[in-house]
Amino acid sequence: MSQLLSYAIPGVPFGCAYALMAVGVVLTYKASGVLNLAFGAQAYVSAVVLYAAVRDGWPTWAAFVVAVVVLGPVLGLVLDRLLFRHTRTAPPLVKLVPALGLMIALPAVTDMAFGTGPRRVPPSVLLDPTRVYFRLAGTAVSGEEIATTVVTVAAVAVLALVFRSQGLGLRMRAVVESPRMTELAGIRADRVSAFAWMLSSLYAGLAGVLLAPMYAQVSSTDFTALLVAALAAAVVGGLSSLPLTLAGGIGLGVAQQIIGGYLPSGTILSSGLRPAFPFVVLAVLLVTRRTLEASPALGDPLASCDPPRPSLRPPARMTEVALGTRAFTAFLVFMFVVTALLLVPGNWQFTLTQGLVFAVVFLSITVLTGMAGQISLCQASVAGVGAFTVGQLAAHFGTPVLLGTLVGGVAAAIVGALVSVPALRLGGGALALFTLSFALLADNVVFPYPWAGNGANGLTVPRPQVGGISFGTDAAFFWVALAVLLIVAGAVWLLRGGTLGQELGAFRGSETAAASIGIDIVRLRVIAFALSACIAGVGGALYASLQQTISPNDFNYQFSLVFVVVVAVVGIHSVAGAIEAGLAYAVLQQLVSTLPSRYTSVVALVFGLAALSYVRHPEGVVPYAKRWVLDRAEQLARYLSGGGEREAGRTGGSGPAERLAPGAGQSPGERRPRSRLAAAIVWLAERQPPGEPAGR
Amino acid sequence: MALLELRGISKRFGGIAALDSVSLDVEAGEAVGLVGPNGAGKTTLFNCVLGLLRPDSGTISLAGVRIDTLPTFRRSRLGIARTFQRLELFTGMTPREHVLVALRVHGGGHRTWRERLAVGRPRSPERREADQLLSITGLSDVADVPVEALGLAYGRLVELARALASRPRLLLLDEPSSGLDEAETAGLVEVIGRVRAEQGTAVLLVEHDLEMVAAVVSRLVVLNFGRKIADGPLLEVMADPGVRQAYLGRAYLGQGR
Repeated sequence: MSQLLSYAIPGVPFGCAYALMAVGVVLTYKASGVLNLAFGAQAYVSAVVLYAAVRDGWPTWAAFVVAVVVLGPVLGLVLDRLLFRHTRTAPPLVKLVPALGLMIALPAVTDMAFGTGPRRVPPSVLLDPTRVYFRLAGTAVSGEEIATTVVTVAAVAVLALVFRSQGLGLRMRAVVESPRMTELAGIRADRVSAFAWMLSSLYAGLAGVLLAPMYAQVSSTDFTALLVAALAAAVVGGLSSLPLTLAGGIGLGVAQQIIGGYLPSGTILSSGLRPAFPFVVLAVLLVTRRTLEASPALGDPLASCDPPRPSLRPPARMTEVALGTRAFTAFLVFMFVVTALLLVPGNWQFTLTQGLVFAVVFLSITVLTGMAGQISLCQASVAGVGAFTVGQLAAHFGTPVLLGTLVGGVAAAIVGALVSVPALRLGGGALALFTLSFALLADNVVFPYPWAGNGANGLTVPRPQVGGISFGTDAAFFWVALAVLLIVAGAVWLLRGGTLGQELGAFRGSETAAASIGIDIVRLRVIAFALSACIAGVGGALYASLQQTISPNDFNYQFSLVFVVVVAVVGIHSVAGAIEAGLAYAVLQQLVSTLPSRYTSVVALVFGLAALSYVRHPEGVVPYAKRWVLDRAEQLARYLSGGGEREAGRTGGSGPAERLAPGAGQSPGERRPRSRLAAAIVWLAERQPPGEPAGR
Repeated sequence: MALLELRGISKRFGGIAALDSVSLDVEAGEAVGLVGPNGAGKTTLFNCVLGLLRPDSGTISLAGVRIDTLPTFRRSRLGIARTFQRLELFTGMTPREHVLVALRVHGGGHRTWRERLAVGRPRSPERREADQLLSITGLSDVADVPVEALGLAYGRLVELARALASRPRLLLLDEPSSGLDEAETAGLVEVIGRVRAEQGTAVLLVEHDLEMVAAVVSRLVVLNFGRKIADGPLLEVMADPGVRQAYLGRAYLGQGR
């Protein structure tokens, strides 16, 4: 019993820090409908600032005021203003991508500003951290632990009081349901959400500062683990109850310490399972508690005030412009192949090959998220399954790489299908969290085993060899990568236009309606996951063969997050988008690696900016830019051909469609264009002005 | 044997009985109106029939076959289709694609290797049928415009066309006229009439606009607080004092006498 207590008591302060973060998660979820995955990053920022200030000789209290009381709320306000205010009623992916971008960008920017050297633990704020104040059941209780517990309980109690006395919770919920309706009821929606973000960021900062001394040093990975634990605690509270969230956080911290205490030490299971415990809890809670289950979306009753969201498909173009685009694309592809083979120096050839391989992996996101609307944050782990399969097969059985790649794809498909089964009823954000916890579990518990990723030692994978022909050089491997990419891209392209693609499109549009027209959505979901995992597995195997040595670090959860952000920003709804994203990602990485090392965080800045832009252009930044350019081209073509507008004849009809037209002169059905040219012009006349920010 | 038979359907949400032992028959080819004040349980009934909700008790059969344990998509394949009060459209797809995807699901049979691999394109008879459906529902002109660019009235028609594409024996219409003006509603009535004449589809219509109900159905069922309070020929039910009270309240009834 006393041994149990001696494990349990040190768990309480951990649990308190989880709970503090969890309360912040609940707050922002209520106020913006966003599961803020960047909370760990925000906590990290405050912890680092506190550390830096103390290092520079500030008094602890002043450093605390700056790092938590000032910086926390200011950061929250900025995030609300720039990003999350605009995504309240947006689809889950649009809510998620900015948070993912921040999760990557914030720590990197912080490191750029404050340096990355090893950070000693900052001092505790309230009491002398090392002094033992009293003993509880034989366990020494330090000032650190007392401070954390007292601050947390007080902070949660204050928040619960504010909620109850001000009706704040109710107002926040109203703001998420319909900001306009809330304004009509006399509540300033923007002020409510700004307040919630400032408050929750204050809590994040507090959690960061309190938790930092419990780790050996301040590092950003610890804070991601912290975030997942906080999410689990928030789900315990059903993402709404504060006392339950507090209890959940503390319970989680205690359980984690107890498990750590009793597991045999020195094995992968014990070193992996203790940190992974919150992920397991989160996954189990998501599936069993169903707080976040896909509910029939209520939507904003005043949504019709918004201009229609930009269409996902590129509009039909005038013949001249369409032909021009096609010729230009063909020219680009040709130039790409020629440059890759003849002109570029060695490491750039490698980079371009890497781009092709990334493109294969990214196509898995196109299928799952772009076509089927399912958000997965474990695509890198699934790619890892393919990579480790090919590596293990080559090492143990001498299996040829190309055959191993196929087997890797199949293995990944099986894993993907298995992941999708417990998640069948999860939608949007819950699915994202479930897959994220799967990724973290794979990183911590599965991949370190010798039979999987073989820990830090990793695996060696040969380059492919077909018959007598070896594809050992980078230049030869380019062709392998190109061939695989063409096959996969062709398959995805075929699927898009075929029965399955249409059913996936229906599924993405409305699960309810898809089921009601006879689509077996359970089967479809498993197929989508398996297919996407297969593609990711093939891509991962190809990546392994390209790199020749791989380790679990090449496939850790952060890559999954990065991949989703990159593909979403460059264009998630088309095959071309995935290819452009793959090449852009590889080239960007290579460019950055030529910079001096202290500027490598530039990538993270790019991510932050991409997240910003994504909120404005959820159809993808590149598709938006393309559309903009083609709009101009079309205007020019129309000007050159002269007076084409007269061709767009207006014909009145008498069918029911005409009578049902929602407003004369606005409905596309009112006009019956005669030619493609005329159709393009009608479209041009009716589209919204290109400069206008869309979907706001 | 009726086409649709509901026997003793009950559904509770917490303390509220959304449906309290409701029994209802719809004959093949019949058009039945289902009316009642807001919260009477009409949409819940639809959800139970199509399997989006599981009733707490009671049985549902379609043409003598028990369907209440089947998942939604199986019920759809057996010949039930519905529209939604709050539009449930496939964003990003055109009306033609809405119709085609439903046609393909119900088309059955894989004949070519492409169809076996689920990458088949619509067959020409399917494309012809889609054209036909789009013209019946008056959507031909907007067939290739993404639905998010169309208005509410078109949205209702797209839902109707999509429902019809599964060649249903029973069509459930959930407040199809809400949000439409008089002319638009008249157009919708015309479309429903044409479809019933051509395909002999049975219709169960939930609707607040009694004029529209009267134009479509011959039999009326009234729900109030989850109970069936009337069921019979249209005019008879509309004259029923209990129904008038449920709809209009006691005061009106007092004055009316």
